[in-house]
Amino acid sequence: MISGSVVPLIVALAGAPLMQGVIIRTKSVIAGRTGQPLMQPYRDLWKLLHKGAVYSQTTSWIFRIGPVVGLASLLLALALMPFGGFPALSAFSGDVILLAYLMALGRFLTVLAALDTGSSFEGMGASREVTFSALAEPALFLSLAALARETGRISIGPLLTAVSWSVWAHAAPMLGLTLAALVIVFLAENARIPVDDPATHLELTMIHEVMVLDHGGPDFAMIQYGATLKMWLFATIIVAVAAPWHSGNRWIDTAIGLAGMLILAIATGVIESSMARLRLLRVPQLLLVAIVLSALAVAL
Amino acid sequence: MGAPAQSLRMAWDVPYGSLYLRLDALSAFFLVPIFLICALAALYGTEYLEAYRERKSLASAWFFLNLLAASMTVVVLASNAVLFLVAWETMSLSSFFLVTFENEKESTRRAGWTYLVASHIGATFLLVLFVLLGKSNGSLDFDCFSRVSGAGGLFLLALAGFGTKAGFVPLHVWLPEAHPAAPSHVSAVMSAVMIKTGIYGLLRVLTFLGPMQAWWGWTLCVIGLSSGVLGVLLALAQHDLKRLLAYHSVENIGIIALGIGVGIVGLSLGEPFVAVAGFAGAMLHVLNHALFKALLFLDAGNIAHTTHTREIDRLGGLLARMPGTGVTFLVGAAAISGLPPLNGFISEFLIYLASFKGAVSSGAFGSAPMLAALSGLALIGGLAVACFTKAFGIVFLGQPRSERAEHAREAGFAMVAPGLVLAAGCVLIGLSGAGVIRSMAPLISSVTRLQSSLIGFDLAEAANSVEHVAGFGVFLIAVAALLALARTKVLARRPVSTAPTWDCGYASPSSRMQYTASSFAQPLTASFRMLLQTREVLSGMEATFPRRAGFHSHTDDPYQRYLFQPIVKSVERVTAFLRPLQQGGVQLYVLYIVVSLLAVLLWEIA
Repeated sequence: MISGSVVPLIVALAGAPLMQGVIIRTKSVIAGRTGQPLMQPYRDLWKLLHKGAVYSQTTSWIFRIGPVVGLASLLLALALMPFGGFPALSAFSGDVILLAYLMALGRFLTVLAALDTGSSFEGMGASREVTFSALAEPALFLSLAALARETGRISIGPLLTAVSWSVWAHAAPMLGLTLAALVIVFLAENARIPVDDPATHLELTMIHEVMVLDHGGPDFAMIQYGATLKMWLFATIIVAVAAPWHSGNRWIDTAIGLAGMLILAIATGVIESSMARLRLLRVPQLLLVAIVLSALAVAL
Repeated sequence: MGAPAQSLRMAWDVPYGSLYLRLDALSAFFLVPIFLICALAALYGTEYLEAYRERKSLASAWFFLNLLAASMTVVVLASNAVLFLVAWETMSLSSFFLVTFENEKESTRRAGWTYLVASHIGATFLLVLFVLLGKSNGSLDFDCFSRVSGAGGLFLLALAGFGTKAGFVPLHVWLPEAHPAAPSHVSAVMSAVMIKTGIYGLLRVLTFLGPMQAWWGWTLCVIGLSSGVLGVLLALAQHDLKRLLAYHSVENIGIIALGIGVGIVGLSLGEPFVAVAGFAGAMLHVLNHALFKALLFLDAGNIAHTTHTREIDRLGGLLARMPGTGVTFLVGAAAISGLPPLNGFISEFLIYLASFKGAVSSGAFGSAPMLAALSGLALIGGLAVACFTKAFGIVFLGQPRSERAEHAREAGFAMVAPGLVLAAGCVLIGLSGAGVIRSMAPLISSVTRLQSSLIGFDLAEAANSVEHVAGFGVFLIAVAALLALARTKVLARRPVSTAPTWDCGYASPSSRMQYTASSFAQPLTASFRMLLQTREVLSGMEATFPRRAGFHSHTDDPYQRYLFQPIVKSVERVTAFLRPLQQGGVQLYVLYIVVSLLAVLLWEIA
């Protein structure tokens, strides 16, 4: 089962919170503030890991297993992702499907943990989460199908490695549309503006943050870390499609990949600073745009 | 399943009929869920029906349950059209009497009639189908059906006839009425196995019709997608737990039809892997759906048994009160949502895999149904997660929303044990699906007629992927366990306390302030309001300081409302002039008898 390299997994585990730090820093700079140190997300995780825990009286064991399964499913999903020149830890025909459904499993239990508290705020967040992810799912699958049709692979690792500048040379419109759809899915799945505002202060308007309102201490650390890993995962796909350099040297490719992640993080920060969150009623329309873009890509 | 087919033939006086039973791979595969689910349902019934002992005769309930099990067995074994139709009719009638078990309720009687009418309309198509098949072959034995004229027309007849039983949209309208009305163990049998006899019939007829044509596959893909998406959307809009589950049967039958459709398109494209994986996924989903749907209906029965309500918004907090029911319902909910590492994922994975392969290896035209299947399955999967987080979350988590839910008690051994067995089955197939898939070769071969070496090769390839998936499932459980252990270690030396749920500083949240199932589903039902036509009634918000306000929403079945009701109404109008003939006066009927006797007499003389 294990055939590839552990490097992509290690890079993800180590680098994911930094991406979050870069986004926050970019937003601070644009807003004219100094902002928090780049390493602040790591310190936050460290701090959370050293706290005790307060559980709601309403909750059951579902609330306890939510963060654990959420993080575990993301760790396994990351084992399918390649990075730079390094192949994924595991790859098999059809693993793209497993990738999407592992994330669905994490979401299933996070949503149940939110409903377990009996709080209407968390119920509201959970409801929005399942709504938007149900609409993001077809866009994700169609984008992956477009890439699969072009590269002839249905395993995410080899599929991403097979994208190269020569593919861009003859299928640029298809790759461009796919990329646009993937960016929308990336923003929606990771609770970024224009879908969700991670920095908002009002529970009523949140999606992801409000779902995890009652988690604290190590549980919250797992959830926060899981969120950075999920972002890393989607970013890996986008960077692999947008900047498919294959120099032959794995370390150079990895450095290019890391630079790509940095640029994507900065771009996300710029998007977040330059536009407002959409009204919640408008979000399904944005996701519909992603579906249409990916359907066009697959038809090309 | 690899054993050669066994058959038993006895003489029967019925013209063209023979008592001809034949057990081949296809029959054997469908017998597994029939026997398993019927046995577990019977065990469950011993305790469930106790509550009715004072009021009702239980003898008829048991008689018809046994008759239903026996007739389903004969349906999948029959190798003669007359025998098949007799068993089919017995199955419909015995389940009709089971549906109308609580016939003192008006809604149950109406559901029963809808079911009776629908099954007979379906049976009419089958009658025509078999008469046509018999006419061109001179016999009604299945193994004589070799010459076929107008295969396309026969396919459509089979689609309508068997589709009515299976619950393909738009022929599904009886299903959400009849399944919730029946006692829960009967709902389980009907939803988990009886509707699958429709799938069995369709597959069996496909083996008669010679080479399959591409448009059959396209048709099944369209039916599968519309059943899948509409089924899950309507499920999402329901307030009644058993009705929600019944609509999910429509969704899952859609997934099965989609798998068969992808398989047929694969055959016509000359892509053996697509065909094999599509059919294997569809058939495995037949078994998987039987396991988790029976489980969910039995658990819904446990809830109704102790709380006397099926209204999702009146429940809540049941996980603490009914731990066995809760855990098994969670397994069933995750399995039906197609989540790894459970069985629902394995069968959906095969259909996905077939569609991905088909989309990659075929041209623009051939890949269209594959891409539709991919995006449709993704949408169905996302909506199913939404629907079952709603069902499990609102029913089992949070605080009880009513007095009845507050005092809920766990059901007894006979009502919990079947659920545990079925949940174990879901996990088992989830982790050992590869073995099941490898053993399906004779089954696939009987339907697709591909070379068995080709089937073996392609099944091995699919099983290889499924083995990896199972490996990930085991790793997932291990990693989650390690993380949980690490958290316990870390928290052992730190303060761990409990407090009220955070409600923005409000310190005494009540159970009525929780989010409801209707609110939870509202963003999605609003997004798809074009399809659902949900009616909402908001009352009492009038004066400056309104005292009592109410909100009520209801989602009718759009096909029932906009397609079948107008048809039934116009049939009623056209046939209204016959009404004076039926007045209930005995004298009038005596007159009819005399007149007809005279007519016959005169005709004889002339």
